[in-house]
Amino acid sequence: MTLLQALFLFLAAVTLGAAIMVVTSPRLVHAALWLVLTLAGIAVVFVLLEANFLAAVQVAIYIGAIAILIIFAVMLTRRVMTDSGPQVNRNWWMAALVALLLFVGLLGLLLQAPQLGQATLQPLTNADAQLEDLGLALVDVDRYVLPFEVASVLLLAALIGAIITARPPDPKEVGE
Amino acid sequence: MIPLSWYLILAAALFCVGVYGVLARRNAIAIIMSLELILNAVNVNLIAFWRYLNPELIAGQTFAIIVLAVAASEAAVGLALIISIYRRRSTVAAEDINLLKW
Repeated sequence: MTLLQALFLFLAAVTLGAAIMVVTSPRLVHAALWLVLTLAGIAVVFVLLEANFLAAVQVAIYIGAIAILIIFAVMLTRRVMTDSGPQVNRNWWMAALVALLLFVGLLGLLLQAPQLGQATLQPLTNADAQLEDLGLALVDVDRYVLPFEVASVLLLAALIGAIITARPPDPKEVGE
Repeated sequence: MIPLSWYLILAAALFCVGVYGVLARRNAIAIIMSLELILNAVNVNLIAFWRYLNPELIAGQTFAIIVLAVAASEAAVGLALIISIYRRRSTVAAEDINLLKW
């Protein structure tokens, strides 16, 4: 086992442990902080895969924006759901069973694919040129301009929708 | 060299942890956190396949970025909905939000 593999195993253990804490932690603020650790672990996975731009984006958007948004939402709604009550359904064991079966199924599927073991890591020829190519591909009419535009329209619609949805209710409606 | 299957197993495990969270947690915000885990697992898969199978084609990174945009919109709209529901009904427990339940 090389140093890199040992590093990956440690990283995977930290990420998975933090993910399990996200779904089991009884206190929501703690769960959100564990989520930050999970997202940071995934950013390091991206660095290991030499997707440096995506690692930076992961830190900026997931840790910088989404995690903070979630922590704010937890703080805005924490009065009602005190951290003492049960945090999982009555049928949580069924959910655990479904997740476990899904994992076993996915693992079986992975073991059945023989060509996975043959996939070898070619060294990236020129990482800078690749980043440039990524930027060009997103605005190239022959490549991915359509998904890019759809994503931007989706983001705009989601922002407007979020603002309208989260507005305080009208005084007239509150009485119902 | 780290084998490709290690990344895929990590992604599968993250995905399943997320599925458990979505199915089992009572708090709607915790459900959104689990959804983020699921979307991240998908991104790990996309980037691992891109790096190992076809690094000169940029499609893997492109679609990981699209997934990120979708995750950001989902979090924004989901949290806005939760805060709106909290204002009107004073609850964030998923089983209490049953107005549309048949």
